[in-house]
Amino acid sequence: MSDTTQSGPVLAADGTPLKRSLARALRMQKVRALMLIAPLLIFILLTFILPIADMLFRSVENRIVSDTLSETVVTLRDWDPITGEAPDEAVFESLYYDMFVAAEAKEHTKLGTRLNYEQTGISSLFRSSGRKLDDIGEDHVKALEKAGDGALKDEALWFEIMTGGSSGAGDSALLEAQRTKMAQLTGEDFSADIGFVPGAEISDLFPRMAMAYTDFALFTAVMDEDTVSEEDPWETVFVAFAQEVQAPGGAEKLAAYTGPGAAELTAAAEALAGLEPVSFKASFLDLDEDWGDVGNWRTIQTYSPTYTSGYFLNSIDMQKGTDGAEARPENQQIYITLFKRTMFMSLVITASCIVLGYPVAWILANLPTRSANLLMILVLLPFWTSLLVRTSAWKVMLQQQGVINDVLVWLGLVADDARLVMINNQFGTIVAMTHILLPFMILPMYSVMQTINPTYLRAAKSLGATNWTAFWRVYFPQSVPGIGAGSILVFILSIGYYITPEIVGGTKGVFISNRIAYHISSSLNWGLAAALGTILLAVVLLLYWAYDKIVGIDNVKLG
Amino acid sequence: MALTPVENQTPAFTASVAAGAGALFGLFVGTAQGSGLLGLLAGAVLLGAMGFVFTGLIAQARLIRLATVVVFALAGLAFGGLPALVLGALFGLFAGWFIFWLATSGYRKHLVPYLTPGQVLWHYGFRVICGAIFVFLITPILVVMPLSFNAEDFFTFTPEMLRFDPAGYSLKHYRDFLTNEGWQQALWNSLRIAPMATVLSVGFGTLAAIGLSQPHVPFRRAIMAVLISPMIVPLIISAAGMYFFYSRIGLQGTYLGVVLAHAALGIPFVIITVTATLVGFDHSLTRAAANMGAGPITTFFRVQMPLILPGVISGGLFAFITSFDEVVVVLFVGSAGQKTLPWQMFIGLREQISPTILAVATILVGISICLLTTVELLRRRSERLRGMSPS
Repeated sequence: MSDTTQSGPVLAADGTPLKRSLARALRMQKVRALMLIAPLLIFILLTFILPIADMLFRSVENRIVSDTLSETVVTLRDWDPITGEAPDEAVFESLYYDMFVAAEAKEHTKLGTRLNYEQTGISSLFRSSGRKLDDIGEDHVKALEKAGDGALKDEALWFEIMTGGSSGAGDSALLEAQRTKMAQLTGEDFSADIGFVPGAEISDLFPRMAMAYTDFALFTAVMDEDTVSEEDPWETVFVAFAQEVQAPGGAEKLAAYTGPGAAELTAAAEALAGLEPVSFKASFLDLDEDWGDVGNWRTIQTYSPTYTSGYFLNSIDMQKGTDGAEARPENQQIYITLFKRTMFMSLVITASCIVLGYPVAWILANLPTRSANLLMILVLLPFWTSLLVRTSAWKVMLQQQGVINDVLVWLGLVADDARLVMINNQFGTIVAMTHILLPFMILPMYSVMQTINPTYLRAAKSLGATNWTAFWRVYFPQSVPGIGAGSILVFILSIGYYITPEIVGGTKGVFISNRIAYHISSSLNWGLAAALGTILLAVVLLLYWAYDKIVGIDNVKLG
Repeated sequence: MALTPVENQTPAFTASVAAGAGALFGLFVGTAQGSGLLGLLAGAVLLGAMGFVFTGLIAQARLIRLATVVVFALAGLAFGGLPALVLGALFGLFAGWFIFWLATSGYRKHLVPYLTPGQVLWHYGFRVICGAIFVFLITPILVVMPLSFNAEDFFTFTPEMLRFDPAGYSLKHYRDFLTNEGWQQALWNSLRIAPMATVLSVGFGTLAAIGLSQPHVPFRRAIMAVLISPMIVPLIISAAGMYFFYSRIGLQGTYLGVVLAHAALGIPFVIITVTATLVGFDHSLTRAAANMGAGPITTFFRVQMPLILPGVISGGLFAFITSFDEVVVVLFVGSAGQKTLPWQMFIGLREQISPTILAVATILVGISICLLTTVELLRRRSERLRGMSPS
C-alpha cells in the first residue's frame, strides 16, 4: 500500500480527518486564550464597567417621588394643571397619609431636596409641613382620646380592634401591600414577621384606618423594633377613624361593626358629634399656603414617573415646562457655558501642547541617540512625577507672591503693587495643564517622527525646495499621525480633568468635572451629577472610538 | 552653492554679536537696578569691547576664559554679596565661552558647510526655543525642591535663602512630615493600598496580556477596548460611578473598595507594557520547551516568564505609581480611614496651605526618579533580551 493510492480526506496521526483536527486545535487555542483573559475581563466588568453602568442608570432614575408619596402620585394623576387650581380633597387626603409615614421615616426632607432641584421653595415647604403635620385633625384626635374616659388611649385595645380579635380572619393582602410600600419608602427589608395582621372585618369597614394602623405596626416592629401592641398608634389612625366615621354612611358602618372594642368606638364616634368632618385641603392650606400653588403641584406631578429625562434636561440648561421641555431662566443657565468652557479650554490646552510639543519631539527624534536619551529624561521626569507635585509646583510658581511674580518684580518688568494675577483663573489652569499633559503629546509625536526618514528632507532640498517647503510639503504630512494621536489623547485627558482646575482654577477656570464633583459631595444632587457625567462620558467615548480608528489602542505607548 | 569654511571671525563681527547679547543681559540687570537704558548700554559696551579684544587672543583662550570667570565673580561679590558672586561667575563662564565660540566659528563646526548664515541662525534659534520648552517642563519640579528647605512658612524664596544664609534653610518641614500624625497615617495608608492594588492588577493583567497575544483571539479589539477603558474614561466619572455602585454594595469607605478601584485603574498600564513586551516574542521557544518535555506551567515559569519579566515589572511600577498618585477615586470611594498621601496633599493645597506639602513633593520626586530609572533600565534589558537594538 502506498500513500499515492490513498483517497478521501487527509488524516491526522490519530485517524481523524486533518481538517477537523486542525479546527479543533484552533478552537482549543481560542478557548485557552479566552480563559486567560476571562478573569481580568470579569474583574474589570465588576469593578469598573458595572459602576459606570450604574451611573448611567442613575441619570434617568427617579423613584424617590413615587416611593415617598406612593398614594398621592396615583390620585394626582387625574389632576390637570391647566385648570389653574390646586388639586382636590382626595389628593390632599393621600398627601396627608403619605406625608405622615414619610415624616416618621424622615424621608420627606429627602424628597423635598429632590424636588427643590426643579422648583425652589419645595424643600422648605416639605420640611415645615412635616413638622406641623400633627396640627391636621388635632381637635378630632383630642376628642377621640377624651371619649369614654380615655378608653382609646389603651394600646392593647387598639391592637385588639385592628386584629379583629383572636378569632377574626386576617387581611394579609393589605399587610403585603403595605410591606411593599414601606420597603420602597425606606429602602429597608420589611419582610419579617411583625406579629400583626389587620383584621378582615375592620379593614373592610374602615379601610383607611386599617391601612394607617398597618403602616404604624410595620414601622414600629421593623424600624423601631418595638412590640406593636405596646405602642400608642399614630395620629393618622385617629384621624382616619374620624374621617371614615364622619363620612356619609360612616355611622351605619360603625353600627354594623361587631368586633372587639365596638362599644368604645361607638362612644368615640359620639364624641366627634360637635366637630366638622376633617378637611385635608383646608388644613394643608392652613399649614402653608404654598400648598395651593399650582406650580408646586405641577412639579410633583411632572416628576412622579419612575424614570425621568429631567436630569438630562437640567444638564443642558432646560427644564420640563407645562408643554414639554423649555429653556431655564437666563440666570440659572450654567451648564452649557461650563461645557463650552471645558471644550474651549481643552482645545486651547491641546493647541498649546502641539505648539510646544512639536519642536521638542522633532529635536528628540533628530539628535544623536545619546543626547536624545538624556533630553528624554527631561520629558519623562514630569510624566512620572506625581500630579499633585506638579500642581502644587504651579501653585507655588503662579501665586501673586510666587516665584514668577518675584522674578518679574526683581527684573523690574512688573511693579511690586501690580503683580500679575496668574492663578485662580483660566490662565492658571491652561498653563498648569499644558505642562502636565505635554509629555502625553511629545511621546506619540516622538515615536512617529522617529520613523520618518531624514533623507526625504534632504532629497526635497536637493530638488530645490526651500527649508520651509521641504518641511511643510514633505516632513509635516508624515508627522500628522503623531499630532493626531497626541492631540486626541491630550484632549480626552484634559476634558475630564478635575484636580488641577480645582486647585489652580479658582471659579473662572473650572471644568465640568468640578461641577460633577460638587454635585456628588456638596449639593448631593446625584442624578444631575450622573447626567452631566453621562454627557461627558459620551464625548470621551466618541473620541476614544476615533482614537481607536485612527491610531489603534494597541499602539498606545508609555515611555 | 557656496560652502562656508570654519575659520576665525573678524573682531567686528564678534564684537557686534557679543554686544547684542550683552545688551540683553544689561537690560535685565539695568531694570533691576533702576535704569534699563543705562544697563543696556553698559552691557553692550562691555561685551562688545571684550569681543573685540578676545578675537585677537584666541591662542590664550583657556586662560582668558578663566580670568573672565574670576573677574565677573569678584565684581559680583563686590556688588551684591554671595548670590551675586554665583550669578557673576555663571555669567563670566557664559561670556567667555560665547565670545570664543563666536570668534572661532565654533557654531559652524558641527553643521554641514553649505548652510547659509540665515539657516545657521535658525538652527541655533530653534535650539534656544527647544531649550526654553525643556526649561518650562522641568522648572516647576526643580523649584519645589529648594523651597522645601525653607525656614519660613512661605511658598516663596526668602531673602535669606537668596543670600545662601544657612539660617534661611531648615529641615523643619521634613520633620513635620515625619512626626505629624496625619501625614504619617496618610503615608502608611498609601503604602498599604498601592502594593495590594499592584499585585491585583499585575496578576490579572499579565495573564490577560498573555491571552491577548495569542494568535487567534476572538473579539480581540473589543476586549482590548474594554480593558484599556479605565485609562481613558475621565477619573471623575470612574470615581462617580464607583462611589454610587460601591455604596450600593457596601464597599464604599472600605480598604477593599479602594484597593479594587485602584487595581482597575492600574490594569491598562500593565496590559499595555506587557503586551508591548510580548510583541515579537518567539513562540517557537515555548514549542521547543514543550518538545523537550516541559509542561505548560514549567514552560511558563522557566521560558516565558523570564523573557517578559522586565515588561511585567515596569507594568507593575506603572500600576504602583498610578495607585500611589491617585487622588480623585480615593477621594470618593475612600473614607477618612483610607486617607492617602495624595489625598492629604490635596486637602493641604485646597484648605490650609502648609509648606510640608513641598517637603512631601520633594520626597515624591525622589521616588519618581528612582522608578523612572528602574523602568528605563528594564526597558533596555527587555529590548536586549528580545534581540532588539537598545535605543
